[in-house]
Amino acid sequence: MRAFTYERAGSSQAAAAAAAAAPSAKFIAGGTNLLDLMKLQIEVPTHLIDVNPLKLDRIEPTQEGGLRIGALVRNTALASDERVRRDYGVLSRALLSGASGQLRNRATTAGNLLQRTRCPYFYDTAQPCNKRQPGSGCSAIDGFSRQLGVVGVSEACIATHPSDMAVAMRVLDAKVETVKPDGATRTIPAEELHRLPEASPHLETVLERGELITAVTLPKPVGGTHIYRKVRDRASYAFALVSVAAIVQRDGSGRVALGGVAPKPWRIEQAEAELPRGAKAAAAALLDGARTTKDNAFKLPLVERTLGAVLSEARG
Amino acid sequence: MNRRDLMAAAGACAALPLTQGGARSQPAPAGKPVKAEVSFTVNGRKHALDVDTRTTLLDALREHLHMTGTKKGCDHGQCGACTVIVDGQRINSCLSLAVMHPDAEITTIEGLGTVENLHPMQAAFVKHDGFQCGYCTPGQICSSVAMLDEIEAGIPSHVTSDLTVSVTLSESEIRERMSGNICRCGAYSNIVEAITEVARTRA
Amino acid sequence: MKFDTPATTNPIDAMKVVGQPRDRLDGPLKVTGGARYAYEQHDVAANQAYGYVLGAGIAKGTIRQLDIEAARNAPGVLAVVTAREAGKLDKGKRNTARLLAGPEIQHYHQAIAVVVAETFEQARAAASLIRVDYAEEPGTFDLEAARSKASEPEGDDPSLKDSRIGDFPGAFASAPVKLDETYTTPDESHAMMEPHATVAAWEGEKLTVWTSNQMVAWTVVDMAKTLGIPKENIRVVSPFIGGGFGGKLFLRADVLLAALGARAARRPVKLALQRPLIMNNTTHRPATIQRVRIGATRDGKITAIGHESWSGDQKGGGPELAVSQTRLLYAGANRMTAMRLAAMDLPEGNAMRAPGEAPGLMVLEMAMDEMAEKLGMDPIAFRLLNDTQVDPEKPKRPFSMRRLDECFKVGAERFGWSRRSPRPGQNRDGKWLVGLGVAAAFRNNLVMKSGARVRLGSDGILTVETDMTDIGTGSYTIIGQTAAEMLGVELDKVVVKLGDSSFPASAGSGGQWGGNSSTAGVYAACVKLREAIAQKLGINSSEAVFAGGEVRSGNRSIPLSKAIEQAPLIGEDTIEYGDLDETHQQSTFGAHFVEVAVDAATAETRIRRMLAVCSAGRILNPKTARSQVIGAMTMGAGAALMEELAVDTRRGFFVNHDLAGYEVPVHADIPHQEVVFLEETDPMSSPMKAKGVGELGICGVGAAVANAIYNATGIRVRDYPVTLDKMLDRMPDAA
Repeated sequence: MRAFTYERAGSSQAAAAAAAAAPSAKFIAGGTNLLDLMKLQIEVPTHLIDVNPLKLDRIEPTQEGGLRIGALVRNTALASDERVRRDYGVLSRALLSGASGQLRNRATTAGNLLQRTRCPYFYDTAQPCNKRQPGSGCSAIDGFSRQLGVVGVSEACIATHPSDMAVAMRVLDAKVETVKPDGATRTIPAEELHRLPEASPHLETVLERGELITAVTLPKPVGGTHIYRKVRDRASYAFALVSVAAIVQRDGSGRVALGGVAPKPWRIEQAEAELPRGAKAAAAALLDGARTTKDNAFKLPLVERTLGAVLSEARG
Repeated sequence: MNRRDLMAAAGACAALPLTQGGARSQPAPAGKPVKAEVSFTVNGRKHALDVDTRTTLLDALREHLHMTGTKKGCDHGQCGACTVIVDGQRINSCLSLAVMHPDAEITTIEGLGTVENLHPMQAAFVKHDGFQCGYCTPGQICSSVAMLDEIEAGIPSHVTSDLTVSVTLSESEIRERMSGNICRCGAYSNIVEAITEVARTRA
Repeated sequence: MKFDTPATTNPIDAMKVVGQPRDRLDGPLKVTGGARYAYEQHDVAANQAYGYVLGAGIAKGTIRQLDIEAARNAPGVLAVVTAREAGKLDKGKRNTARLLAGPEIQHYHQAIAVVVAETFEQARAAASLIRVDYAEEPGTFDLEAARSKASEPEGDDPSLKDSRIGDFPGAFASAPVKLDETYTTPDESHAMMEPHATVAAWEGEKLTVWTSNQMVAWTVVDMAKTLGIPKENIRVVSPFIGGGFGGKLFLRADVLLAALGARAARRPVKLALQRPLIMNNTTHRPATIQRVRIGATRDGKITAIGHESWSGDQKGGGPELAVSQTRLLYAGANRMTAMRLAAMDLPEGNAMRAPGEAPGLMVLEMAMDEMAEKLGMDPIAFRLLNDTQVDPEKPKRPFSMRRLDECFKVGAERFGWSRRSPRPGQNRDGKWLVGLGVAAAFRNNLVMKSGARVRLGSDGILTVETDMTDIGTGSYTIIGQTAAEMLGVELDKVVVKLGDSSFPASAGSGGQWGGNSSTAGVYAACVKLREAIAQKLGINSSEAVFAGGEVRSGNRSIPLSKAIEQAPLIGEDTIEYGDLDETHQQSTFGAHFVEVAVDAATAETRIRRMLAVCSAGRILNPKTARSQVIGAMTMGAGAALMEELAVDTRRGFFVNHDLAGYEVPVHADIPHQEVVFLEETDPMSSPMKAKGVGELGICGVGAAVANAIYNATGIRVRDYPVTLDKMLDRMPDAA
């Protein structure tokens, strides 16, 4: 870990401005992912801006009948919020399936969205990795890739996004609110926040230099049965091999997003038209164009079977 | 093969600065350590520290305050041995910087009880042999004490069947909620018995 | 004391303290954070600096250039030691690869440098500034590919040799019912919770290391050889060990590099191997490919049994002894076993909890399950039919005690085995497919020379000193119980001091020999002390009864304190063994029962119930012994369901080298576990009449889980771990 200077942020805009001003600054909130990566010299900021003093830890109703979740709301607090449990069960379930009690007590809403991949080659600085070291090559494609992605991947990178929460946010049509160094704010739909790797896997989001996430908003509840099904070898405290976030209505229509299969939460709205026809058709549409390795090809049938189980659970 | 590359030595402990297009840049100078002051309360006692900004809360406790009851098992949030209770919540102290906790109230294993006056959870661990090598034990105990508070506060878990009603204590709830504390000796079955006993007397 | 005739009645038989489920003596310290592990010995030597280890970024090749200038000049850095700075170093007898590499690299993450700095943060930052130019060479990293080049292991040890009894090929060929299958087990990591860690301090020529090591005496010898200094100049202290499982049997890089760093920095140095380094830097349980052939009559009598195993290791290393149990576990006139070893360039393989039997029984006991099905027999009935009371290779050589049959019968009754459906895939509980599985547990009982010193002080405190270690096994407690029983005092009058090479050399903790052997050593020392006390009190020691803090002889009754009025009394001795383990086969036995539920959609397996019934001689402390067994069952569950060091066969390393990537069981994976010990004493094992349990508990667990999965689903996975990706294509159609 390189030496860094440290400041406690006074306001969101000041934090964004400070981040843009320093040569390689990072925001730190929960720290549960950033410090892990700094210890391994994968993240090497020279300046840390602690955003914890910002009062971004509230969950408030929006005028549209939804919820505005402050960027610093901890995973535990978000999962436990009565409104979230009642109206956005898929989000509560996704959060509770992730990490451990200790980590959820620290990890924040914004930080969770910005988690970096758990690809083991990304984590090993002696190995080539296009995401960590652009142009060095991808060790995973012909290496150990059981955990890695099958859709949305590229020749340069097959890393997956490790978040559970983000999958639920995607299926809920969440939006991300940010502030830029000049004070301008914008709203980014969850679907647009993460980029696909293509030739530049090191560019993971559309956020600009210094841009700070201040909140995530959820639209008005859509009802339906909320299910988050995470499949993993270990019964807890493990990343998803595959996960399915679903909101299913009584008429069989609904929404579905996948985790553990792609560089971002994976949702294809057109595929949802297939839901009433069953898991096979919907999975085929979601996984259209999949590109697998010998280690992770099992994810295709696993998605279909898990989706089938989710739909049958939703039917009751 | 016999390729000749200038490479970082090892994933665990070496790296190059991120650069475009390969790994041949010169390393940046290491930079002088940056120090910062922080004070917080540990087990009721206030401590003022002047630490390297890189110092984790875990290393502040172990190396600066010599409170070595809190353990370093992985230093990456993957084992739970470093669990302490900060402002009432259990966290992994390895993934938090000391400077991020001004004025915090921290409880470590040393603050729960002593050999002469064990905390009920500590006593239950001894009685049920909820440990073997003992290295994960302080983390398990701090975690379990805070975990019972979380249940009491109505925080749901992955195995809570209905999110809209209040949580009820069960062995499966305890197992799920304690899963962030790995015990390689495999004392889980006994740990759950110890926690269950304490939970019953608390209720 | 030489133990060469079966034990007769002795003071341990009173079982006032020994055999009782006492709480651990070190329990209060451990639950309050007061037990001081190696890295925490901050007050044993002043002015400790911090070390940080750098591992090689290639698996095989040489270092062309190692640039340490930037690191050396980094803030706070006191020294950087590489092979160049270290000078000539030898290698410990028990190490295969060098602990400090350079210029040759023998495996990934082999240590190539240690940076010593004022603070941990400075040492870590400086280590990242070291630049290495490697010439990488191709290596052998794929066991399947190397299998054809594997050869018979070298050395005179008979356990390494092929065994052939009768006419295996003929008997197998003509057997009416046959099984011939090949199985694999993966590389596994000990993943103990405490990283390898050491504080090293020099005083002139003398070195003291406070470390975390299972075998104190081995470490002294191997460190002396590595440094080329007399072993008298080395003291090793290891009072608490945060788990070992075989991973801390040997001198490892933490000890050597702390010592070299301390010498270079002229200051005490402490360091711990960073977690992401441990899995490739230290030892692991090697992967195996195993072929089992069983031939039987139609009524289930085994006529031919053959077991072959292929494994790899660094050149100069040894094979995984995966066939050894097959020479002893089941009857059958025609038998063969063989191991083949491939020279490979993966990190060094070595012992992990029940080396040999753990992976061997994962395979053999799955094969037995498959064979029972072919025969249309109940798996327990098939095993019992082929039970034997004698060494099947040497029918004149009996087992000292063998109650495998009772383990199965008691377990079957308790577990409700009769409710198991003989046809797989029949039992559904909602979305779950439910099945039961069973396997035999078997592990030899090894006896090792072990010494101890006991002192009865003028304060009436009985102090035991031995370099024995407590790695979570309960050594402190059972040693205390032994001494208390022998001298007839309460346990709270006993102080046990362990893990210091200045104490008498013990058996150490390994191979499940530690409990029985080290307490037998304490027994021997206590016999000496009893003699000294009796002599002091003027009574005949052979008639003396030590009980209630008194010595009784005839109708005389003298308080122990009488004997130490003038001076403390000391007894010191070593237990040594004759040939009882040759005339009689000493082994431990058990039966594992497991119930699993497999998700019908995703093929995720979750364990619902586990039971082990063990026959392992006298149980010195049922509480700590039970913990040993449940812990081993947990590790066995991990081996069955999730544990695998993933090999990158191009680059030659274990890819998932941390505790997020290498999954071991968590709380949610493990149900309530039940353990039953058959009541028994084995007079052939030692005066304690005890045997090991710590490794028995893992033996067979993996197969019991896999057999339960088969019973639940009808899917046989012969490549461990049994993960969902290997089952999905054979699972019933999704709902």
